[in-house]
Amino acid sequence: MSSIIPAPILGLPWRVIFILTALVCCGATVLYSAAGGSFTPYAGKHLMRFALYLAMAIIMSRLPLEFWKKITFPAYAITLILLIFVEITGQIGGNSQRWINLGFITLQPSELMKPVLVLATAWFFDRLPANRINSFDVFLPMAGLLILPCILVIVQPDFDAAIVFAFCVIMVGFLAGLPLKYFLIGGAGAAVLAPLVYFFGLRPYQQNRVLIFFNPESDPLGAGYHIMQSKIAIGSGGLFGKGFMQGTQSHLDYLPEGHTDFVFATMAEEWGLVGGLVIIGLFYLLMRWCIQVSLKCNRRYGKLIAMGMTCTIFFYIVINLLMAMGLFPVAGIPLPFISHGGSSMLTIMICIGIIMSVDRHPGTRQGQFG
Amino acid sequence: MKQERPVSSAQQEFTFTRRTMFVGGVQAAFGLLLAGRMAYISVAENEKYKLASESNRVNLTLVPPRRGWFIDRYGKPIATNRADFRVDVVPDRLVDQDATLAQLSRLLSLTPDDMERITREIKTAGGFQPVQIAAGLDYESYSKVSVRLPDLPGVSPRQGFSRYYPSGAAVGHLIGYVGTVSAEEYKKDKNPLLITPGFKIGKDGLEKMFEGSLQGAPGAKRVEVTARGKIVRELTTKEDTPGKPVQLTIDIDLHNYTARRLGTESGSVVVFDTLTGDILAMVSMPCYDPNSFSDGIGRQEYKWLREDDHKPLLNKSLQGLYPPGSTLKPMVAIALQQNGIDPEETVYCGGGYRLGNRVFKCLGTHGAINMPNAIMKSCNTYFYAMGNRIGYDKIAPVAKLLGLGQEFDLPFPSQRYGTVPDSAWMKKKYDKVWASSDTLNATIGQGYMIASPFQLALMSARIASGRNLIPNIIAGKRKAPDFLPFLPEHLALAREGMNRVVNSAGTGARSRLPFPDIKMAGKTGTAQVRRIEGSQRGQSGAWKYRDHGLFVCFAPVEEPRYAAAVVIEHGLGGARAAAPVAKDVLTFLYDREKAMAALTALEAGWGGTIEERMARNLANFNAPPPVSALASVPVPASAPKNEPTASAANATTGNSER
Repeated sequence: MSSIIPAPILGLPWRVIFILTALVCCGATVLYSAAGGSFTPYAGKHLMRFALYLAMAIIMSRLPLEFWKKITFPAYAITLILLIFVEITGQIGGNSQRWINLGFITLQPSELMKPVLVLATAWFFDRLPANRINSFDVFLPMAGLLILPCILVIVQPDFDAAIVFAFCVIMVGFLAGLPLKYFLIGGAGAAVLAPLVYFFGLRPYQQNRVLIFFNPESDPLGAGYHIMQSKIAIGSGGLFGKGFMQGTQSHLDYLPEGHTDFVFATMAEEWGLVGGLVIIGLFYLLMRWCIQVSLKCNRRYGKLIAMGMTCTIFFYIVINLLMAMGLFPVAGIPLPFISHGGSSMLTIMICIGIIMSVDRHPGTRQGQFG
Repeated sequence: MKQERPVSSAQQEFTFTRRTMFVGGVQAAFGLLLAGRMAYISVAENEKYKLASESNRVNLTLVPPRRGWFIDRYGKPIATNRADFRVDVVPDRLVDQDATLAQLSRLLSLTPDDMERITREIKTAGGFQPVQIAAGLDYESYSKVSVRLPDLPGVSPRQGFSRYYPSGAAVGHLIGYVGTVSAEEYKKDKNPLLITPGFKIGKDGLEKMFEGSLQGAPGAKRVEVTARGKIVRELTTKEDTPGKPVQLTIDIDLHNYTARRLGTESGSVVVFDTLTGDILAMVSMPCYDPNSFSDGIGRQEYKWLREDDHKPLLNKSLQGLYPPGSTLKPMVAIALQQNGIDPEETVYCGGGYRLGNRVFKCLGTHGAINMPNAIMKSCNTYFYAMGNRIGYDKIAPVAKLLGLGQEFDLPFPSQRYGTVPDSAWMKKKYDKVWASSDTLNATIGQGYMIASPFQLALMSARIASGRNLIPNIIAGKRKAPDFLPFLPEHLALAREGMNRVVNSAGTGARSRLPFPDIKMAGKTGTAQVRRIEGSQRGQSGAWKYRDHGLFVCFAPVEEPRYAAAVVIEHGLGGARAAAPVAKDVLTFLYDREKAMAALTALEAGWGGTIEERMARNLANFNAPPPVSALASVPVPASAPKNEPTASAANATTGNSER
């Protein structure tokens, strides 16, 4: 690394920093309103955390890709231990606690597990000889990586997290070039399995969530209430919204979780369709940057981790927005950079930091076409 | 790409790029889907969701209209509205009913009787109908509930108006009371006003009959509320239109005085204005307190009222029927004269009248006695003899002309009209021939003859004025009533007889008015409750078998202005129980201070005012004091318990049903 001052500053990934800052500022604005016109308790912390995590991500961007390979399995082991730890303390405390309070931040190990799984799967496919990709036994290590974390989160019970874990691993596998037929067969299998999982795998409250998703009006005072109120908030915002600080759904508490899971509805009520399109546009720019990084990278490992992280971030965004607009059952997944909450922002910023690291270390072109 | 071929890293890179582009495409598709969906919700469905958001935010509540007042003939309030704080619950919105009620009970210190009423009403209410927890609260209790509202879903404290009857129990039977709308009433008319907390409708008496004009039109209040029901601010308010007041002919001061004057007795007093037929007072005591009925009465209090042998739930003025006894004699005197009997003709009273082999007794031995003196002394022998001479079929039309047995169009939901028997009636009702003995009994107001205190007062007023007075309870100008088809000298003689009753050596001589220039004329009556058996004359023994005391009167004698009837149930005799009440009531019309002095002395002996006595009796009923303590508490004469309803008592009153 050069020690001359202007170079590191010039070398910062300004484009993504700009996009992220814009998103976080949008988030802070919404959170300021959600707190009734105050930086406490949400907006101020939101901005401070972002500053801290951005610094962390910039430091991460300086680390070579070999570093990520090296820490992959220690990180996997530590996160597993943390998952077991919350499970045990939760059992002792008699509640299904999913986080560890570190004082300045509450750490949710299942969140940290997501980038770790991406790293681990990418590490495996990077090492896998190219001609072995078609053999069926590649699924064994993938399953091996997944099995413990999934069991640990399902007993919490946090079924959503298990699905995200599987999604992370499968996406990396897909990008690494696993034969397409598996995905076609898997897709068909999922269509067959879904009803079976619904009836035998889901707990009643989860079944209920799915039912209500298909007909939210059936339970306007119960679980369907969230979806209804979110749609009312978005729909009543109209083209330009009710104006900053003028949202009635959020300020009069009709919208539940207006600062976390349903932050998008809070925003849309006050800023309307225009505000929503700005947020969606910023996410589009972010995703485009992430995909460009992975395409530009000349190393298979770099490509895989960058794209794996991208998919993880995208998964958060899309599930949250689908839920807010009533296209997906209620799931406790926050909207990256907008929702208040430290643990998920940490996860996302770790993802961003790793993508920055890939951006900074694209490697030289290799192979016979080079 | 065919999976079976060996794969090079270059091919893998190509695959990666292709699949990344695919993933990017899927992501972009999701982005477009989301943007489209959002545009659809916020633009195409904007109207729908705007409405939903407004209906979330704005809570429209009806403001129950203030009920029209009842005022007396001078404009004094009889029934008003009192601003108060109240707490209701809407059963459907209760999350944990038991916990919420327990907390309310603690906060408002509710009694077990209240709690019993609340749980009963919650069960019978339609779920959406509010049930009153408490009304008439002070600000402190109201705010105690208000600040805990977020923890008490379904509870609604509010400021409103409740019906208030300043006279309390005195006007219960006259005015009736109000109450919350029952589930059946709401089913008939799905007006949302009916289930607005604090809204009450008339349930009995005039409150019920004048519901239409008293009700008024509700106001409305639009308030911004949070999801938990907390009011953020008021948006707009439309004032309610209060109901129209109803002015009665009642003189409320006289009415209240009369109610108090009845004391611990069970009885009724009706006072008429003899010029107009206006009802100045119509009292039936004891009575429930309409204020506690209107607040929703507790089961224990209701039980206390129902079990009282003085029948506080019965409006005795209009629904109580009594044998009128000797109070009919002035009426009979008019009939006798009409049928050619010379008032100066005498009958010898040797203590009774022999009809066949049976002797009908007189209360005294009056010797030779003419008509006015027969009224004065209440000589049965004279009226037996003369009545038998002309026959009851000649007397009955006069009784009817004076209002007995007649129906009147008064705005009360329930009235009973009594009986004036004659031979045709006997034939129709019992298919029996009218006997002379029936005439004798009817002539002295016993037997089948039966009337309400209201009718007796009207009879007295018609005799006093000679006019066909039509009773009014609603104030208003009316043309002077026509004269009755009686000769003035016939009426004058009946009045002279009544004058002698009080102002000469008559039965009511002890009840003269305390004025040198104003005199009252009257007629006492004593009505048997059961047939005379052996020596028992209804003058002793159990309260419920004692004779009723009656008195009809008017004043002043020369130029009658007021007429009244007093009936004291089981009061032993008209002279003893009823006439003194009439005397004080008429005194009140001329000199309030004098009348109040008499009342104050009496109330000291009775153990306080109506309110004080009722409160003490209810407390005793709820928690009977030990026997030793009972002795020191003045309680009204009570009937022995565990006796079947006397069939003997029905022997005289049994034909009262019509």
